[in-house]
Amino acid sequence: MTFVNNLWRNEKSREIIIQLLVLLSIGWFLSWLVANVDANFKALGKDISFEFLFIPAGYDINQYLIDYNNRDSHLRAGIVGLLNTGLVAFFGIILATVLGISVGIIRLSKNWLASKIAYWYVEFTRNVPILLQILLWHGIIINTLPHPKKAINIADVTFLSNRGFYIPKPLTENGIEFVYLFFIIAIIFSILFYKYCKKKQDLTGAQYPVFWINLSVIISLPLFAFFISGMPISLEIPALKGFNFRGGMHMSPELAALTFALGIYTAAFIAEIVRAGILAVDKGQREAAESIGLKPSKVMNLVILPQARRVIIPPLTSQYLNLTKNSSLAIAIGYMDLVATLGGISLNQTGREMETMVIVMLIYLSVSLSISALMNWYNNKAKLVGR
Amino acid sequence: MKTKILLAAATAGVMFAGSVLASTLDDVRARGKLNCIINTGLAGFAAPDDKGKWTGFDVDFCRAVAAATLGDADKVNYTTATGKTRFTKLAAGEGEILSRNTTWTFSRDVDLSQTFVGVSYYDGQGFMVPKALGVKSAKGLDGASVCIQTGTTTELNLAEFFAGNGMKYNPVPIETNAEAQELYKAGRCDVYTTDASGLYATMSSFDKPGDHMVLPEIVSKEPLGPVVRHGDDQWADIVAWTLRAMMAGEELNITSSNVKSLAAKDNKNKEINRLLGKDPLQGLSKLGLSADWAVQVISQVGNYEEVFEKNLGMSTPLKIARGANQLYKDGGLFYIPPIK
Repeated sequence: MTFVNNLWRNEKSREIIIQLLVLLSIGWFLSWLVANVDANFKALGKDISFEFLFIPAGYDINQYLIDYNNRDSHLRAGIVGLLNTGLVAFFGIILATVLGISVGIIRLSKNWLASKIAYWYVEFTRNVPILLQILLWHGIIINTLPHPKKAINIADVTFLSNRGFYIPKPLTENGIEFVYLFFIIAIIFSILFYKYCKKKQDLTGAQYPVFWINLSVIISLPLFAFFISGMPISLEIPALKGFNFRGGMHMSPELAALTFALGIYTAAFIAEIVRAGILAVDKGQREAAESIGLKPSKVMNLVILPQARRVIIPPLTSQYLNLTKNSSLAIAIGYMDLVATLGGISLNQTGREMETMVIVMLIYLSVSLSISALMNWYNNKAKLVGR
Repeated sequence: MKTKILLAAATAGVMFAGSVLASTLDDVRARGKLNCIINTGLAGFAAPDDKGKWTGFDVDFCRAVAAATLGDADKVNYTTATGKTRFTKLAAGEGEILSRNTTWTFSRDVDLSQTFVGVSYYDGQGFMVPKALGVKSAKGLDGASVCIQTGTTTELNLAEFFAGNGMKYNPVPIETNAEAQELYKAGRCDVYTTDASGLYATMSSFDKPGDHMVLPEIVSKEPLGPVVRHGDDQWADIVAWTLRAMMAGEELNITSSNVKSLAAKDNKNKEINRLLGKDPLQGLSKLGLSADWAVQVISQVGNYEEVFEKNLGMSTPLKIARGANQLYKDGGLFYIPPIK
C-alpha cells in the first residue's frame, strides 16, 4: 500500500496515472459503443456491409461535374455529390472572403452611412439561422424570376428564369492550343516582370504599375493568338426547347441560392474577424505609414492588412470550415450534394444508414482536415518570423 | 480512491443503458399506449385536423390496432417520420407500427429486416401537371423539370420510366411533401410526381384544384401497407389480422353502426359469429387478444369501406375512387383468407 501511496503522492507519477485512467476509460467507452452497435445490429438481423456501394444507384442527379447516369454505382453517385459539395463550397468561400473583407473594412470607415450599413448587414445576417436564409434566397429566386417561357433575355444569349441562369458555353475548336500556348507565355512573362520590377524597386526605389501591365499582357496575348489562329472558340447559346432551356452553361436556382446564402452569411462573420484583425494593429503603425506620405489604399494594403492577417487567419479557417459543413443544408432545397446523394437517396434505396452515415462523416472530416491543413500552412507562412 | 468510485459510478450508468427484450404486445399493454409512426402530413392519410388531432387513413389503422390490443382506439401516441427516417425510426423502436403509405418491395422486406403484413392500399406512381402546360400524357414530358419527394421508390421508378421512353428530365429532389408542393406551385418544376394517392391529396389542398390534373399514366406498382419489425410473429399476426378484420367487416356487411347488435345475437353466417367472438375462434388466445377484438376495431374505427370513404372517398376533397382498393367480388384486389 505504501508503494501505491507513494506513486499517488508523487506529482509526476500521479499525472501519468490520471492520464492513463482517462485514456483507458475513453477507449473502454468507444469499444463499448462499437460493441453495442454491433450487438443491436445482430439483434435486428442486420449486418454491416459496404457491397451496396458497387451496385447501380438507379436514380438521376441533376448536376454532375463528372459523367454520371442512373446505371452508375452508389459510390459514383456519392462522388458526384461530393464534387457538388466542393463546387458550392468553392463559390461560397470566394464570395464570403471578398464580401467579408470589404464589409469588415467599410465597417471601420469614417463615413457614417457606409459604416452603419455594414453594421446592420453584419447584425442582420449573422443573427438569422442559415437554413432560413437558404430557404429565403431560394424562395426569392423561384418566386420572383419568371417561368422559362418568359425568361429575362439579355442580348439573346443569357437568360434568367426560375429554372436557373443560362449563359453561353464556350466550345473549343482546332487551333485552341495556340491560344493556350500564348496564355502560358503571358503568365511566365508576368512572373519574370514582377520579379524584375521588385528587384529594381529594392535597388532604386523606382515603381512601375506592375499589376496593370501584367493584366493587360495576360489578356492581350491570348486574345491576339485567338484572332490570328482564326477564332477557334465558338459559343453554344442556350435556347428554349420544350419545357426548358437546353445548351449553354446552366446554374441552377439551388446552386445560386446556396452560394448566395452561404457566402453572405459567412461574410458577416468574416467581416467581424477582419475588423478585429485591423483593430489589433497598433494605431501607431497607421500614423507612421500616413506620416511618410503613403496613400490610404497603400496604408491598408502594405501596412495594416499584412499585420492584421496574422490575427485573421486562424478564425478565418474556422469560418471556411463552417461554410463547407453548412453546405450540407443543401438538402432542404434539393441541391444534390454529398448528403443528398450518398447520405440521402442511396441511404434510402439501400437502407444502409449506418454505413452511409459513417462514410459521409469521414468524408466531411477529411475535407475539413484538408482545408484546415492548407490554412495552417498559410498561417505558418504569414505569422511573425522571429529574427 | 475517489477516482475509482467515480469510474465505477460511470460504468454502472453506462451499463444501465442496455436493452430489455420483451414481446411487443406486452410492451404496448404495459405502456397502455400504442406508438405509431405516421406521415409528417399528407391530406387524407395522416394530417392534423383543426383541433390538432391526427386523422386520416393511415391514422385510422393505428387506431384500429389500438382498439384490438388495448380496447381503446384513442390510446395511440403518434410519431411522425419523413420518407427517409421512417425505417430507422421503426428499427430503433420509436413505434410498434409504421403506418405511413410505405411501398412493399423485395429489398425493404428482406434486406432491411422488416415485415410487411399486408396491403391496405394499392397505389401507383403518377404525374401531376398544371392544365395550362398543355400536356396530356406523361410521354410528352421530355425535358421537363420534375419535383420528387425523396426517400421513396419514386426516384427509381422515375429514372426507369424516362430512360425507358428515351426521354430526359431534370430531377429536383425534395425532402417532404409540403416543400415539394411549394416548389411545384412556384413553377420551379413542370411536374410533380409521387404516388397517385399523394397527388390527389396534394391537389385537394390547393386553392384551385381544378387548374391541375393527374396524367393518365401510372408508372409503377405501389402496394402500400403497414410495416412491423422482424422477429415478433405474434405482433405481425395481430397487425395483419386487424387489417383483415376491417376488410372482413366490409365483406360481411358489418359496420360501426350494426356491429354491436350483430355481436349480441347468433348470426346465420357463422363467420360473423367467429369474427365477433360469439363462436370461439381457435388460436385467438395465442394472439393474446380478447374475444371482442374485432368488435372493438369495427365499432370504434369502422370497417375498411367506412375508413376509406371517410378519409379518401368521393365525399372528401380527395375524391379517390375505390378502383383496385375494393373487395375481389366488387372488382378490386382484396381477397382475404377465411376467418376460421
